[in-house]
Amino acid sequence: MSGSPVLFALDALTGALFLLTALGVVATRQVLASLQLFILQSLLLAFSALLLGIAQGSVHLLAVAAITIATKTLLIPWLLRHTVSAEIYRTREIERVLNIPSSLLIAAVLIVLAYVVATPLLGTAAVPFARINLPLGIAAMFLGTFTIVARREAVPQLLGLLGVENGVFFAGAAIVPNLPMIAELAAAVDVPAIALVIGMLTRRIHTRLGTTSVGELASLRDH
Amino acid sequence: MTERIVYNIIQVLVVVAFAPLVEGVTSRLKEILQSKRGPSIFQPYRDIWKLLHKDEIVSEHSSWLFRAAPYVAFAAPVFVALLIPVLTRYPLFFAFMADMLGVGFVFALGGFFASLAAVDTANPYGPMGASRTRMVGFLAEPVFIMVFLTISFVAGSTIPYIVQTHWVTPIANFFEPSHILLLIAFLMLILAEDGRIPVDSPSGHFELAMIDHSKSLEYSGRGAALMKWAGAMKFFVLIIVFINVLVTPWGLAKGTDVGEVLLAIPLVLFKMFCFVLVLVYIESSLAKLRLFRITEFIGAAFVISVVAVITRLSEI
Repeated sequence: MSGSPVLFALDALTGALFLLTALGVVATRQVLASLQLFILQSLLLAFSALLLGIAQGSVHLLAVAAITIATKTLLIPWLLRHTVSAEIYRTREIERVLNIPSSLLIAAVLIVLAYVVATPLLGTAAVPFARINLPLGIAAMFLGTFTIVARREAVPQLLGLLGVENGVFFAGAAIVPNLPMIAELAAAVDVPAIALVIGMLTRRIHTRLGTTSVGELASLRDH
Repeated sequence: MTERIVYNIIQVLVVVAFAPLVEGVTSRLKEILQSKRGPSIFQPYRDIWKLLHKDEIVSEHSSWLFRAAPYVAFAAPVFVALLIPVLTRYPLFFAFMADMLGVGFVFALGGFFASLAAVDTANPYGPMGASRTRMVGFLAEPVFIMVFLTISFVAGSTIPYIVQTHWVTPIANFFEPSHILLLIAFLMLILAEDGRIPVDSPSGHFELAMIDHSKSLEYSGRGAALMKWAGAMKFFVLIIVFINVLVTPWGLAKGTDVGEVLLAIPLVLFKMFCFVLVLVYIESSLAKLRLFRITEFIGAAFVISVVAVITRLSEI
């Protein structure tokens, strides 16, 4: 529990950028750009876990960092690029449930809400880093959920789901420094599996309908 | 006392003298990055010199506003240069007159007169550009307010000399998330306020697409020279506010020695060069946004500044 001020400040900075990338996934139009933002977000998550691992001398957190880099920045983008056809990445999302300025404003409200929710929880957490990681992680979870709601393309929705997952890890890294290895490994296997399944499903939707705007699949129809 | 007055005048002269150079370097670097050769970095000086020696034609349907606007637009950044830390870390003689909000008001005055003058001639492009500038302006307003709120909240003051020392004492303050987020939000504001690429194209010559630059289309001769010079100085002063007040006070003179103050000039110009490199990279890698997408750009800046406030709040 050294908690040196420089490590603390660096972690805070990482957290702020982490939140910015989550906002970016909410707001970007291009599918490819949101995938790149997700990769950046995962890198920041890994960096934060690394900082926390160094500060608390926890090997588990270093393992989290390694697993995050291996699965989320390498494996999942690779899977998504190979299961989902390339033309989806070139598309721009024209239609959204909400326009971008109002989604951003709602996102700002969600971030405030995350802080409101996290503040009473902070009293129980012993690690000083939780002050940064817990609210930001919860905010990233909210923003990921909001991404799923607000976007109509399949791949950004998946990225929203993965963003929720990133948020959970970001918050979890600070409050439970010694997460059992089995949980990390399970997540490392689960998440690519989710990405694979949704990727395959998206490919099917794309070949059947010629579009991946899954927001249009609201009602059943006979062709 | 007298040396503080002298330094203050030197500071203003630096802004007046080097502003066209910074503009020239910016456009040259941009051309180089886009695999072109580009004009000499001294081209803005030549343009201003040429315009100053040309006849001035003023429409007979225009009022005194049209003739007064270039002088107001020119005076605004000169006045701001008296207030902000261009070369020194300590306040100079005239710095007591206004804080950063005051700087914002003086800039707004110059912009207001330029807009009025654009409407005054009834040239169809002028009012269009003026109304678009107002649109960008009022969209940027809440972001400015949030940014200044955050600055005064984080640094405990809106006086630029106190703010700039706050970021480096101790150095951990520099890495504070609210500081970095503020920088990002303010950078986006500079791009919007100065008509840089994602919002407006500074080198465009297509009147229908212009935002900021169609306001000075009607000027010729000395008026055009002053407007051009004023634009360059506004850019210069905005960069100074960004790099010296918001980023760090590194390179500025600490002592009252003449040599130290003069040494600060090349150091500050080097800092500006680094900033211009970043700016040129942004300008070359992005496309100009359509008019109604500007709300998204500035909305993003607003949310970033809100996040800066929130991250700051949570740390207490």
